[in-house]
Amino acid sequence: MIRAEHIVKSFDGRVVLDDITVEFETGKTNLIIGRSGSGKTVLLKTLVGLHEPDSGDVWYDGVNFTRLGFRERKEIRKDIGMIFQGGALLDSSTVEENVKLPLDLFTAKSEREKMERVNFCLQRVRLENANKLYPAELSGGMIKRVAIARAIVMNPRYLFCDEPNSGLDPQTSIVIDNLIHEITHEYGMTTIINTHDMNSVMEIGEKIVYIHEGRKWWEGTKSEILHAENRELNDFVFASAMAKRAKQVAE
Amino acid sequence: MLRIFGLIGRYFLLMGKVFSRPEKAAIYRRRIIYEMESLGINSIGLTAIISVFIGMVITLQMSINLDSPFIPKSLIGYATRETMILEFSSAVVALILAGKVGSSIASEIGTMRITEQIDALEIMGVNSASYLILPKIVASMIFFPFLTILSILIGIVGGWLIAAVTGIMIPADYVDGLLMDFKTYSIVYTLIKMVFFAYIITSISAFFGYYARGNSLEVGTASTRAVVVSCVVVLLFDLILTQILLI
Repeated sequence: MIRAEHIVKSFDGRVVLDDITVEFETGKTNLIIGRSGSGKTVLLKTLVGLHEPDSGDVWYDGVNFTRLGFRERKEIRKDIGMIFQGGALLDSSTVEENVKLPLDLFTAKSEREKMERVNFCLQRVRLENANKLYPAELSGGMIKRVAIARAIVMNPRYLFCDEPNSGLDPQTSIVIDNLIHEITHEYGMTTIINTHDMNSVMEIGEKIVYIHEGRKWWEGTKSEILHAENRELNDFVFASAMAKRAKQVAE
Repeated sequence: MLRIFGLIGRYFLLMGKVFSRPEKAAIYRRRIIYEMESLGINSIGLTAIISVFIGMVITLQMSINLDSPFIPKSLIGYATRETMILEFSSAVVALILAGKVGSSIASEIGTMRITEQIDALEIMGVNSASYLILPKIVASMIFFPFLTILSILIGIVGGWLIAAVTGIMIPADYVDGLLMDFKTYSIVYTLIKMVFFAYIITSISAFFGYYARGNSLEVGTASTRAVVVSCVVVLLFDLILTQILLI
């Protein structure tokens, strides 16, 4: 379980996160939703320690991550996998090298064991025969799959995904969503996904947190979100013409 | 002024991270060899072309300016050798490498920063500064002195070629000049300078790339700043090291 307590974060005097307290549950796909610029990415990066909060604490299964030093954080980070918006694969390394890097740096496994694990992870994300390709040679969907493979190669307990569907077509988005959802349940991870894609919310959202103007506006499940009486949330959820028509038909 | 002190402070903090204990020595060894190819071997062509032409130009200019019956022609070979060894093959080659290698390092690391590749390394628990920058510094400090030696040799050969082709002097006189009053310490001095310059170029360029923010435009700006600051610091240390080592 990951818990953020009273997180405040500002940049150049502009408050981006304003007193956010939220709990993300183990073995579930937790979604942070909100408009562009609402503070989702800053919250995610604060949770993993890429941004330091001005005040507040982040707890990983009872350990106060915010108060840890570099070395202690490093130990927790070995249990963290993260999928970045653009994939963030190392351009100068092949698919295989990208996925193998954490194993090379932090395990004493033999080369054969490492390759077995790499191939297993690549097969798990249904990406085969791409080991020797460079990121520049991959499609958007393939990049996301490699990023997922790299994120799970160390068997992490916590998985963070920053807009994993951005730039993907609707079909590939569903494939990526389902893949993350399956992996979360398979390994019992605490998964936190940042998204503004309502399809993802309805497909895989088990716990949903709505962020608006840097504040937590609402939290609940995907069945509750459709009936929530919160104007800002409804404006966001039913923003598309298709969603509005569906709601009208339902009513 | 305060901003400059701030920059210097951040530079030393980054260097502290760069020189902290590496995760796994074997990975770093592999990366050093990769960087030697990327930063060093790929610079041989440029260094060779510039050195051969500068060697030729120095010989030509010397022969024009030392055109007196009282001055032996062999002095042209001597002057070419000394110019190549003492200044050109370390300081001027370093300035050229600051342009080529420095901009490449700053833009590579800067692009990694804005595309979140550095964040990805940090999340994995990797000391990104050490992983990315240390192999570049070590590789350049090992390889750039070889470029200096290469530059000296090619420059001297360039001078000999122009003497032979244009007939401005007898090549044998040029060779006599090359062998005249040779001090091994000059080579040691130029190599020491190049080791310092290699560190300056790679660390400063990496610093500007590592703290790049925003978009590709910012990466371009960081790259330009890296080259300008590296050149100025190289010239400053050229002066300081000459004062310390030669005088």
